Amino acid sequence: MKCHHCDNQATVHLTQILNGQMHKMDLCESCAQANGVTNPENLSIGNLMESTENASEAPAGSMVCESCGTTHQDFKKGGRLGCDACYHVFRPILDPLLEGMHAGTQHLGKIPSGSESRVRFEQSVDQLKKELLTAIENEDFEKAAEFRDQLKILENEAKV
Amino acid sequence: MFHDLLSKFGSSKRKPKSIPVTLSTRVRLARNLKEYPFPGKAEEGQRRAVLSKCMDAMTDMDSLKESTSLEVDDLSELDRQILVEKHLISPELSQVDEGSGIVLSSDRNCCVMINEEDHLRIQVLQPGLEFEKVWQRADELDSGIESHVNYAYDCELGFLTACPTNLGTGLRASAMMHLPGLVMSKNMDKVINAVNQLGIAVRGLFGEGSDASGSIFQISNQQTLGESEGAIIDRLNETLKNIVRQENFARKKLMQDDGLRLIDKISRSVGVLKSCHLMQSSEAMDLLSLIRLATDFNMLPERFRSLADRMFIEIQPGHVQLSAGKPVEPSDRDRLRAELLRKEFTRMPQLNLDGAS
Repeated sequence: MKCHHCDNQATVHLTQILNGQMHKMDLCESCAQANGVTNPENLSIGNLMESTENASEAPAGSMVCESCGTTHQDFKKGGRLGCDACYHVFRPILDPLLEGMHAGTQHLGKIPSGSESRVRFEQSVDQLKKELLTAIENEDFEKAAEFRDQLKILENEAKV
Repeated sequence: MFHDLLSKFGSSKRKPKSIPVTLSTRVRLARNLKEYPFPGKAEEGQRRAVLSKCMDAMTDMDSLKESTSLEVDDLSELDRQILVEKHLISPELSQVDEGSGIVLSSDRNCCVMINEEDHLRIQVLQPGLEFEKVWQRADELDSGIESHVNYAYDCELGFLTACPTNLGTGLRASAMMHLPGLVMSKNMDKVINAVNQLGIAVRGLFGEGSDASGSIFQISNQQTLGESEGAIIDRLNETLKNIVRQENFARKKLMQDDGLRLIDKISRSVGVLKSCHLMQSSEAMDLLSLIRLATDFNMLPERFRSLADRMFIEIQPGHVQLSAGKPVEPSDRDRLRAELLRKEFTRMPQLNLDGAS
């Protein structure tokens, strides 16, 4: 297991309960000492996470979700994200947190069949409509008829 | 109107069989709609839109036939408190102001919360240790809702939730466990530490931050991502069975090592319940816990276990006020609570100490 701060082998394994949630972190001996892990009173995983973030290239403090306005500060303070797009924006700081929090980082559970096929259907309809319009603009009526027929088939399938 | 509804439920309900150690099983799924910000970031109009979309999605569902849909704003403080005490809604939802709702099945085993921390919290609960049935019903309900709405979902991260601790399956499976043996033998801390290592959390009767009065604990999975629902439930179930074994062992040992003290404790609790005139809820919880334990030891007939389970809820502050039909000051609640307990336990038979082993 690698140290959370550098590439050395982690030998110090921390578990801390913050706001009722368990957080885990693995550190090598020198990073552990540098962060005061030998003195438990000075220790907070929040501080450790902050020092990791400061060291990374893009300052996490400037992250904002354009979709809902949630900032990195909001997330750090409340531990909650504002919308589905936040998961994309805050992904770099979320990944190490998720690793410590969960059994893995790949979803292995239920797949929402309805939503997925509906999204796929909507995307195909949109695409076909666009292609139909382009074909009409280009006066390629043979192609346009083809797209129109495909659209009809899709829409009939959806009704079943 | 809401009071009538609850009493209607009460009368039509089939009495569930109560078993030793495990009081009830619950599964909760957290879901959000794709098109809207999570409730914490949503404006009132958006919350209202989510509320009506979710309510509409549930109207024609078979498993929610004759269900009741309520908006939290329409409920009085007392109604909300009663729903929390029945474990049907979370304390968090009871505090929410606008645009939140609940859909409650007619058998009261399913309760969907709308606009709590996530847009949807689908909950199914049942007495005893019944994960298979409870999961199946929650899964069906979830698929039914999902056929009408688009969930926020990511192929890698699974169902997206306001708090990353619920990410993935959005599944929190839990059991309410009665563990007086482990508490009395001072082994509960050891158990908590051991199960924490397995990614399993132990909380008090009313969830996060509540105390463990009555030796009742809520034990649940903590991790929701990286495992399938089946794997999460299996692991929790195995851990719970192990805890049941530890609890039974602790009880046996208590009886062997210092049985007289335990019998004295139980006998005194019988005496107090039959003759009290003022009773606080925390003391009542501890006495009822001993009655439940006595039933498990065959010192009392089975029906006293069900009675203790019913009383665990009916002695809570909201329920005491519900039966009084009006808001009641805390000191007067203690009098009413004692009255209720005296009435219910007055015909309690002598303890059968031959059965104690």
